[in-house]
Amino acid sequence: MEELVELSRLAPRERGIVHTLVGGRGFVSRLAALGFTVGAPVTMVRNHGQGPVIVLVRDTRIALGRGEAAKVLVRRREDNDGAEGE
Amino acid sequence: MARRANSPLASCDCCTPASADNPLPTGTITVALAGQPNVGKTTVFNLLTGLSQHVGNWPGKTVEQKTGFYACDGWTMRIVDLPGTYSLTANSVEEQVARDFIIRERPDVVVVIVDAATLERNLYLLAELLHLPARVILGLNMVDVAEQQGLHIEPHVLQAALGIPVVPMVASRNQGICELVRTIVGLVRGEIPYAPRRPEIREDHQQVLASLEEIVGPYVPSPYPADWVSLKLLEGDSEITRLVQERMPQEAWEQIQSILHRHEDAVLAVAGGRYDWIGRMVRAAVARPRAGHITLTERVDRIATHPFWGLVLLGAVLAVAFWLTYAVALPIQRWLGSVVVQGIAEQVGRWLAPAPGWLSGLIIEGIIGGVGSMLTFAPILTLFFATMGFLEDVGYMARAAYVMDRFMHLLGLHGKSFLPLFLGFGCNVPAVMGTRIIEERRARLLTILLAPLVPCPARMAVVAVLAPAFFGTRAPWVSGGLVFLSLFALALSGALLNWILFRGERAAFIMELPLYHIPNLRTIGLLVWQRLLAFLRKAGTVILAVSIVVWALSHFPGGTIEESLLGRLGRWLSPVGAWMGFDWRMIVALLTSFIAKENAVATLAVLYGAGRESLPALLRASVSPASGLAFLVATMLFIPCVATFTVMRQETGSWKWTLIGTGFLLLLSLAAAALVFQLARLLGGA
Repeated sequence: MEELVELSRLAPRERGIVHTLVGGRGFVSRLAALGFTVGAPVTMVRNHGQGPVIVLVRDTRIALGRGEAAKVLVRRREDNDGAEGE
Repeated sequence: MARRANSPLASCDCCTPASADNPLPTGTITVALAGQPNVGKTTVFNLLTGLSQHVGNWPGKTVEQKTGFYACDGWTMRIVDLPGTYSLTANSVEEQVARDFIIRERPDVVVVIVDAATLERNLYLLAELLHLPARVILGLNMVDVAEQQGLHIEPHVLQAALGIPVVPMVASRNQGICELVRTIVGLVRGEIPYAPRRPEIREDHQQVLASLEEIVGPYVPSPYPADWVSLKLLEGDSEITRLVQERMPQEAWEQIQSILHRHEDAVLAVAGGRYDWIGRMVRAAVARPRAGHITLTERVDRIATHPFWGLVLLGAVLAVAFWLTYAVALPIQRWLGSVVVQGIAEQVGRWLAPAPGWLSGLIIEGIIGGVGSMLTFAPILTLFFATMGFLEDVGYMARAAYVMDRFMHLLGLHGKSFLPLFLGFGCNVPAVMGTRIIEERRARLLTILLAPLVPCPARMAVVAVLAPAFFGTRAPWVSGGLVFLSLFALALSGALLNWILFRGERAAFIMELPLYHIPNLRTIGLLVWQRLLAFLRKAGTVILAVSIVVWALSHFPGGTIEESLLGRLGRWLSPVGAWMGFDWRMIVALLTSFIAKENAVATLAVLYGAGRESLPALLRASVSPASGLAFLVATMLFIPCVATFTVMRQETGSWKWTLIGTGFLLLLSLAAAALVFQLARLLGGA
């Protein structure tokens, strides 16, 4: 099943594919330069409480504030077998 | 071959000798070093330039500029270290500075340093650069780390795919630098083939780009390249948009605007096109590890970024940093103060015996006393910066920022402000300068305004002398309480200022967590040296000047401090001081702490007619504990010392904000002191 969710809702080790970025041009281009483009695979590394999340995208670990992570919409990947690294 | 004596490459044969049919470039070549943060660009720059490097600011900006030279056999390479940026948009001053340099100054070669272990993302900057008119060399750094991760990269394949020279390097081990230099020279001489493949925008937007280029073409100012300008317009680049709008007739601009309105999401297509291109380039050249490969970084991060254990680890790391600094540096500081500075003062005093009183006073108390006591802090600073620099280089500070973000949130800041504020425990000057790592202006400004509230060793020195005078054996409790009071005031002020000045809006928190790597001692050493030099320069110039002025104010016209201008000012202010339990002497002492916090003690000693040793006894006799406590509170929260004040003005770029910050601290410290005094009197009885 492929659903569209906010990045901040992925559980640790869950993977997704970036679908849309919501926000002003400055914000979107900053994220895009770091690897968050349409079609990019992402893996959630740490997601706890209300603090910022850590995501793995294009071989890099990026910490994102919760509000920022909510602005990235991803499609959950079906093959979530818990494998680490991308 | 003649080589610069201080170049670390003096022993390696990087230069190819000139010959009749192969003349070397004469004069100077300009090489720009570009790269994303955390790729080892600084290491490469340091290796190439050694101590010839000069650190300053880009003209008119608060962005650091480093230039240096590498010389060999009659020609010179001028190397400019561009700020580390992820891309070349107009979103930050650093990016604008970097791209302006490449477009306007036209360096002969641009070397892009990339981290082989995160090649895909790093190549994004290359993708941007290839649209600009510059010859680019790819420095493929950290090949060793990539191999450790199981990533195997073929530089020749990459070179063939990209069409530009690729030089594999392990800068931390001084490998590949020679090859880089030879490649730069080869490229400038035209010996190396150069046929770059440029990324294209995604197919669904190609037509749009073509139409934009057609309209914009005739109006593009040189030296900007026309196709790059159209691409930036499509991306919604604020600087280029403004530039083009100013130069176009109204009808043409309206045409452009209608196209842009219809394609507001084009920035994703542009970025996506770049990554598609990167994917193709990298596919053949990179062999990936099998899935399930766990790296050292991941293992350490399990603890370092853990919501609970991460904090514990941070606490332990910081505790060690403090312990190391104070255990080693404090004895050195005492020795410096009592033996070296005192010795110099006495010696000079003997030489100046025949001179008029005011001259020897000026030189001994004003200059040597003022500047000398500042310089005794150098050991503490060196050690503190070394530990911080070590943690930064290893890659840990990003984790510290991540873990502290929750708490920084309460101050209206985010995790990135943690490092500069923490530097304040060593000295507020580098703390304010360290705020440059914060990209967003509001967050940077707020951090600068809050930095003076971090208790620095100078303030603690005042507490260390005065607290025992008033509180005897309970002094350590009082000291600890004052530190917590400062930090509490910091948190409160942060929340308050954020709400008043910025309506509680918070900047976006986006931060890369780089891989941990073995620290490079040379990089750390140079960083510590530069921070120390910044502090010493302030001591030598601003503090010296103000020391003289304040000494003059405290000796003229009367010849004794009681009759001087400063003394009269203190007496005039004493009705206000009464609310806090301060007599005119304490007011004057507080005023002199503006030069350097520890001056408060020296001033009190002079005003109470004591030598340092008998000061505590005299104070106990004439000042109540309530007043003493209020005085200590005021010292902890008072306006920044002149060095910090100067740096605040420099980093904010505005008198308005510096004065707002100072005014706020003045009110805060006096209000807190008054409150504490009245409460202490009520509870303890005068």
